[in-house]
Amino acid sequence: MSEDLIFAKDLCKTFNGLKAVDGISLRMSRGECFGILGPNGAGKTTTVRMIYGFSPVSSGTLKVFGMDIQKHARLIKAKSGVCQQENNLDPDLTVFQNLVTYASYFDIPRATARQRASELLRFMRLEHKERGKILELSGGMQRRLVIARALINKPELLILDEPTTGLDPQSRHQVWGRLAELKAQGLGILLTTHYMEEAAHLCDRLVIMDHGRILVEGGPLDLIHQNVGANVIEVESPSESLVNFVKDSDLDHEELSHRLLIYTRDGEALFRKISEGFCDRGCSLRMATLEDVFLKLTGRELRD
Amino acid sequence: MTVREMIWLPHISPRFFRILQRNSQVLRRTWKVNFLPPILEPVLYLLAFGAGLGLLVGEISYRGEPVSYVAYIAPALIAVNIMYNAFFENTYASYVRMYYQKTYDAIMATPLNLDEIITGEIVWGAVKSLIATILMLAVISLFNLLVYPQALFIVPLAFLGGLAFGSVAMCFTALVPQIEVFNFPIFLFITPMFLFSGTFFPLETLPRWAQVLAQFLPLTHLVALVRALAMGKLQAQLLLSLFYLVIFSGITFILAILLMRRRLII
Repeated sequence: MSEDLIFAKDLCKTFNGLKAVDGISLRMSRGECFGILGPNGAGKTTTVRMIYGFSPVSSGTLKVFGMDIQKHARLIKAKSGVCQQENNLDPDLTVFQNLVTYASYFDIPRATARQRASELLRFMRLEHKERGKILELSGGMQRRLVIARALINKPELLILDEPTTGLDPQSRHQVWGRLAELKAQGLGILLTTHYMEEAAHLCDRLVIMDHGRILVEGGPLDLIHQNVGANVIEVESPSESLVNFVKDSDLDHEELSHRLLIYTRDGEALFRKISEGFCDRGCSLRMATLEDVFLKLTGRELRD
Repeated sequence: MTVREMIWLPHISPRFFRILQRNSQVLRRTWKVNFLPPILEPVLYLLAFGAGLGLLVGEISYRGEPVSYVAYIAPALIAVNIMYNAFFENTYASYVRMYYQKTYDAIMATPLNLDEIITGEIVWGAVKSLIATILMLAVISLFNLLVYPQALFIVPLAFLGGLAFGSVAMCFTALVPQIEVFNFPIFLFITPMFLFSGTFFPLETLPRWAQVLAQFLPLTHLVALVRALAMGKLQAQLLLSLFYLVIFSGITFILAILLMRRRLII
């Protein structure tokens, strides 16, 4: 039990009669990077907001560091670092002051805070912006500063709610690099995201959520193998005979408008068969990704 | 009583002091803009009312004794300044921090809780009233309109007045859906108080019903207290006004915390 950083059982959150989180159970161990994936409105943010003591739990058990969140929120918050979805840096303060002032909320002595702030700015490649104003920073820099701020109290658990949403690829890879380093140092990281690449890159284990429930749980590769197989054959404008063949041979597939996806474990052989027998063009074989799992499980309708 | 029954009570530790530190750090950058009004405003008012209106009004009766019109309104200007500093700090400035800057959200992820954040904000509003009052007392003293040492007690009184108006302001901040809506409490609550709390003319000149109504306004009591201290004329009856302000602050303070919890803890 005490090995678990986070332990949730039948956790629920209801807003005005709407169940945003509907009985989820999960466990996260120390030193692990755990991902919560799901489309918009799946309940990811609500879940992490309960974990960092922001939203009261409606029902169920939630323990962080082995302590009940409802009774020991202050102790739990003292040992966690939180990076909320919005960049809520303090625009009234400079970059450096943001870190030192945030440290004061944790009762960290001023000299220690200043030293730690300098270290974190270096770690996040922001040392040249020490005296800068928040509103002059780019989106990527703001994000890195939010992560630096979340690390000011040397947390044992880092909670990141969509850390790279809205960042350009360079910034995103920069953030991933820093997070991978933190993970290597043994920090437990809880992450929500809807970038599959991010989850595949960072997470040891993850859950895919939708409509407040957990659909699947496992390592990124295991989830791919269990749910879609190793490969995907994509066919543009498939012929009727191919569609019939797929259905007759009972292959795991999805029919989209003008596109056919076939999920398979022995890609090479099947691909040769299909490309020779049914299509002359627009047929391709690729590795299955987490995105395939995600879309297969949560559907393709828009969520907004 | 069990813990469950007492759950509505504010949960406050000395950590709220961190909010004061944060706000004072910001003020250190902008203090010139912030504290120019309490220095300049009384001078303008005293010139306008003293040299202008004062000539027409002449002397006014306070507790049966004639006083100059300038001496009559100078304490009211201090009381109004106490009200404005805390009220505007805990409406517009607090709302910007809460709604636009999400400063409260960020702090709620640290060991501070919402009750402490709100307490820190209200106490900060009172501190601003106190600082502004010290500046204003200094300026008004130059006109020789204050009786010392009694007038020194206006300083702690400014803190209490700041708590009263800051707490009620925080209630509005917890309620307004958008920043423009602050026009309502200003138009319906602050402006009438500014005019009808015994500030610029004695309450006794109002019709009876209006006098009774004025007794429910916190500024009436603050003006009465500041004026008595400024003129060095203390009376036992003023304890009622002091009592009113303490009770008013206590109730609105708890209400502010409950309303803020309703707004922000979801």
